[in-house]
Amino acid sequence: MSQVGFEKFIVPDEDEYKKIETIEELTEEDKESLAKAGIVPEDKDKAGNFVQMDQSVVYNKSFIDGVEILGIREALKKYDWLWDYYWKILEKDKDEYTQLSDQLPTDGYFIRVRKGVRPPFPIQSCLYLKKDNAIQSVHSIVIVEEGAHVMINSGCTLSNLVKEGVHIGISEFYVGKNAYLEFTMVHSWADEFITRPRTAIRVEEGGRFVSNYISLGPVKSIESYPTAYLVGKEASAYFNSILYAPPGSLLDVGGRIVFKAEKTKGEIISRTVSGGGKVIARGHLVGDAPKIKAHLECDGLIIKEGGIIHAVPELEGRNPDVEMSHEAAVGKIAEEEIEYLMARGISREEAISLIIRGFLDTSSMNLPPRTQLEVNMALKQLEEKGF
Amino acid sequence: MLEIKHLEVEVNNRKILKDINLTIKKGEVHALFGPNGIGKTSLLNTIMGLSGYKITKGEIIFKGKKINDLSIDERARLGIGMLFQRPPVVRGVKMRQMVALASGKTLKDEHIEALAKELQMDEFLSRDVNLGFSGGEVKRAEVLQLLAQSPDLALLDEPESGVDIENISILGYALNRLLQKDLPIMERKRSALIITHTGHILKYVVADVGHIMLNGRIICTGHPEEILQDIKKFGYKECELCHR
Repeated sequence: MSQVGFEKFIVPDEDEYKKIETIEELTEEDKESLAKAGIVPEDKDKAGNFVQMDQSVVYNKSFIDGVEILGIREALKKYDWLWDYYWKILEKDKDEYTQLSDQLPTDGYFIRVRKGVRPPFPIQSCLYLKKDNAIQSVHSIVIVEEGAHVMINSGCTLSNLVKEGVHIGISEFYVGKNAYLEFTMVHSWADEFITRPRTAIRVEEGGRFVSNYISLGPVKSIESYPTAYLVGKEASAYFNSILYAPPGSLLDVGGRIVFKAEKTKGEIISRTVSGGGKVIARGHLVGDAPKIKAHLECDGLIIKEGGIIHAVPELEGRNPDVEMSHEAAVGKIAEEEIEYLMARGISREEAISLIIRGFLDTSSMNLPPRTQLEVNMALKQLEEKGF
Repeated sequence: MLEIKHLEVEVNNRKILKDINLTIKKGEVHALFGPNGIGKTSLLNTIMGLSGYKITKGEIIFKGKKINDLSIDERARLGIGMLFQRPPVVRGVKMRQMVALASGKTLKDEHIEALAKELQMDEFLSRDVNLGFSGGEVKRAEVLQLLAQSPDLALLDEPESGVDIENISILGYALNRLLQKDLPIMERKRSALIITHTGHILKYVVADVGHIMLNGRIICTGHPEEILQDIKKFGYKECELCHR
């Protein structure tokens, strides 16, 4: 069926797990797994929570009027119009994963934030794979209506049992006029795990989309290349990612922004560290309208022999009146920085560790406190292992 | 405190420091004058132990111990500190963390804050080290780290370079604080070697001894003010002809 050999993976049943009434009903073990991806297993101070376990949506609840959270299968039954958003900005036939996703039993989240609604708390969505050797197929849609503002913390994670498996995640996000969507995604996978997110975002006039993507743990292969289409005047999109590639991993990651309307703005910033794995850091900016502003920054540190970072920054101007720039730097840690820290009495090893830790710093991402805590713990673990 | 004897240093197989002899006593502040590119920074970098400076002859003795072969951090822990002329940005490492580390993790948060406030650097504590700092801010950040580090010998590489007029007096204050000028002479224990190309900083900081370096050699030693007056009057050209 494909190069990856999907045949060997089981496709879990839909509705295998029973729905729960509050997120606290999850087992302690499940809660721990969720926490690794920055998901707080609490309903307190949340606009809503969503949990998909393998192929079953076990929990979907909103705590704020004007915020709707459903499983996508249920939502498609409930709303006929939703089909107009399903496979709309992503193509079914794009590649073997999108095709497979279309053929497999699929669930996912449907999140709709009504016009002008601005929940003071984030929505959490967790895609959780419990079974070893399984495929999780997810198709999600987020609609943020005119003037609405929302933060979604998405965590993709595994139970401790899972060593091998595949996650295919189709995501279509619609950011309305003057709406704001901040989407923070933390990945926590395993050594032999393959993950294939396929994401597209459509941003209307004055709308703003911010993506924070963090993957610091083990993984076999990630291939992620979200595309934001800025279709309305003064729309904007920002992609920030912090990635660590352990030995044996392949991270083919990046983003694309298509500037379709005038005065749109966008930035792709990635910082990747190869601890022996291979990273392909992509970024593609397509300036197809006047007075757009686009910037791309990819910085890579190779800290172990055998590590590869291949930065592929692309600027594509299709209008004379565009302002597009990129910076890319790949290499080892600057000796100058190490010596500077050593001159303050810090040992070489400690200096190197501080610099790597600083390079992967996420403080500019403004992460929710709990997510920041989990990220810090993941970084600390890496640090203790000597990266 | 510091004794340098017949020091010769090569960079990329080129001899850049020749027969340097220099003694700095406890509590003394020395100023080293000289045109750009003459080897002043190389001398400081060699004392600090930065890479690329190969000692081919002579010795550096600090507190009675030969330090030629010590690593940078060993020298720092022994009591040598340096104000870098153009320090690098260390992304993701916050000033607060850097100051704490420089103090050997001995300074408490409230002390760091008080110290930073004194140098008008309190708003910088949560920022990445040197990221987006102006010339004056970089230098004040350096002094802040040095105050935390509390070295016995401070090597100050062009402390006034890149600092605008408005910021120079606060920097002067910071340097005097570092050099313990607020204490009676008898109690000053910290020594310093200040490199200055223009000599401006001496309007704010009093030095005890002055030296002129030309072509990798210290060619003249004397009263810093008098040396500076001569340099201002005759330029470094005249020094080349001097055979004192």
